[in-house]
Amino acid sequence: MNLKELYQEIILDHGKNPRNLRKTENFNKDAKGNNPLCGDKVHIYLKLNENKKVEDISFEGQGCAISMASASIMTDLVKGKEEFEVKEIVSDFLDMIKEKDELNNDILHDDEKTKLMCLSGVKNYPMRVKCATLSWHTLTSAINNSQEEINTESN
Amino acid sequence: MNIAEIKKEFPIFNNKVQNNDLVYLDSANSAQKPKAVIDRVYDFYTKEFSNVGRSVHYLAVAATNLYENTRASVQKYINANDKNEIVFTKGATEAINLIANTFGQKHLNDGDEVLITELEHHSNYVPWHFLRKSKKINIEFAEVNKDGEVTLESIEKKINSKTKIIGVTHLSNVTGAILPIKDIVSLAHSKGIPVLVDGCQGAPHLKLDMQDLDCDFYAISGHKMYGPTGIGILYAKKKWLEDLPPYQGGGGMISEVKKSGISYGELPNKYEAGTMATAQVIAFNESIKFLEKIGIKNIEKHEKELLNYALEILRKNNSINIVGNPAKKGGVISFTVEGIHPHDVATILDEDGVAIRAGHHCCQILHEKLGLSATARASFGVYNTKDDIDLLNESLNKCKKIFNLK
Repeated sequence: MNLKELYQEIILDHGKNPRNLRKTENFNKDAKGNNPLCGDKVHIYLKLNENKKVEDISFEGQGCAISMASASIMTDLVKGKEEFEVKEIVSDFLDMIKEKDELNNDILHDDEKTKLMCLSGVKNYPMRVKCATLSWHTLTSAINNSQEEINTESN
Repeated sequence: MNIAEIKKEFPIFNNKVQNNDLVYLDSANSAQKPKAVIDRVYDFYTKEFSNVGRSVHYLAVAATNLYENTRASVQKYINANDKNEIVFTKGATEAINLIANTFGQKHLNDGDEVLITELEHHSNYVPWHFLRKSKKINIEFAEVNKDGEVTLESIEKKINSKTKIIGVTHLSNVTGAILPIKDIVSLAHSKGIPVLVDGCQGAPHLKLDMQDLDCDFYAISGHKMYGPTGIGILYAKKKWLEDLPPYQGGGGMISEVKKSGISYGELPNKYEAGTMATAQVIAFNESIKFLEKIGIKNIEKHEKELLNYALEILRKNNSINIVGNPAKKGGVISFTVEGIHPHDVATILDEDGVAIRAGHHCCQILHEKLGLSATARASFGVYNTKDDIDLLNESLNKCKKIFNLK
């Protein structure tokens, strides 16, 4: 039963055909993420316009169905949002994956939240949480322009 | 040899794992423990505990004897020439670090080369990498061929006048390739180069004879040999242990300590500073007894049968690609499933109680060469049966269903 919750259709779809799996032209922010335990890698490219709105976001990388789907869904949902909204969505998502039962932000529509909640199945698989969160931590790093490679094993 | 009876000696198989019988196919990572080993740790702490080699009271003397008994057992098991050629460490990783550090300090200089192979586990690369900075040495890699082997010829190709030491794995933890250690040692020695063997995967599965192999150093991990965690063995020829400087300083490794200077202890104390993993070393004697009771020849035969059976079954499965095809192969199969990432495979198998490993298995150099970021790996131990292989295959077929693949 748990496996079906983990590998829902939407995850399999995004995992197999990830959206925004490319490199944004003229990106102005980017960051790399790495999970050394499994070798998963992600590179997030972000193009913010002068009003700090996400004009485009994309990613390159390789990984399991969970990590690819997570990056794919994430990039879909934050496109067109303002930077402060992106930060709020990221933090809400990370809280949900860690401990909360649901998403609390007022930015995403209900259908978008439902889509994102499809990733909540990883909560039953503690070893896989990092697969789901890698791209989100990497997005934060890109926004903050910290130039720091996200590593799931460093604190 | 009766596998059902042997399996009964491992208490872990009496328990359900997430409501399933455990199908443990991760022994290359760490092996399960027989009851005798577990009991020995408990008994030592319960009835016999004391620190070794220092006090003169009854328990201290008894513990010291037990500790040294393991050294004697190991010497016999690996056919070392001298008991003092056995140094206890916290694992094979520490054993290799010990040699890289001390050999590096004394014998490596700017521009010297250390030759390792593309099959090496990170533990036989990273310790040498440290010397790139401290000594400005270069590290050369003998190439792996398309079958996942490193041949004598590929080693020979990389040896030159700058090569000062060679580090090779006995048995690859990814492709299962068994390297021709005796030939490599003989070639290296003909050029005056010492050889360190990473025996993590070799030691639990192959007959060990240090005098026959003639290698200079052999690193062993206790927990992969059905022993406790926290204990490893460095075998080193006596001439090297006498020649090389100490690794760590502290109690137990000294002869005399004065403000003006320090002299170091005799072998093997010189390399065993501080309180060692006493209970684990003592319990490791039970692991040796367990292996001796079954007989390494029988273990090799059993694991070879399992390997051949598993290869036959998995090769029939069209969606499975097996990594490497070495002529001489131990009980390790790394593979990928078409259309499904190894981590997803491992999670789905886990739901059925089938424990495998997924990732780069601490061999990123090899995975890069293979063009794979990760693989799934099934590895065998003495307790595995053909039923385990059948269950692995069934579970692999389930992966395809979950991922809606044909």
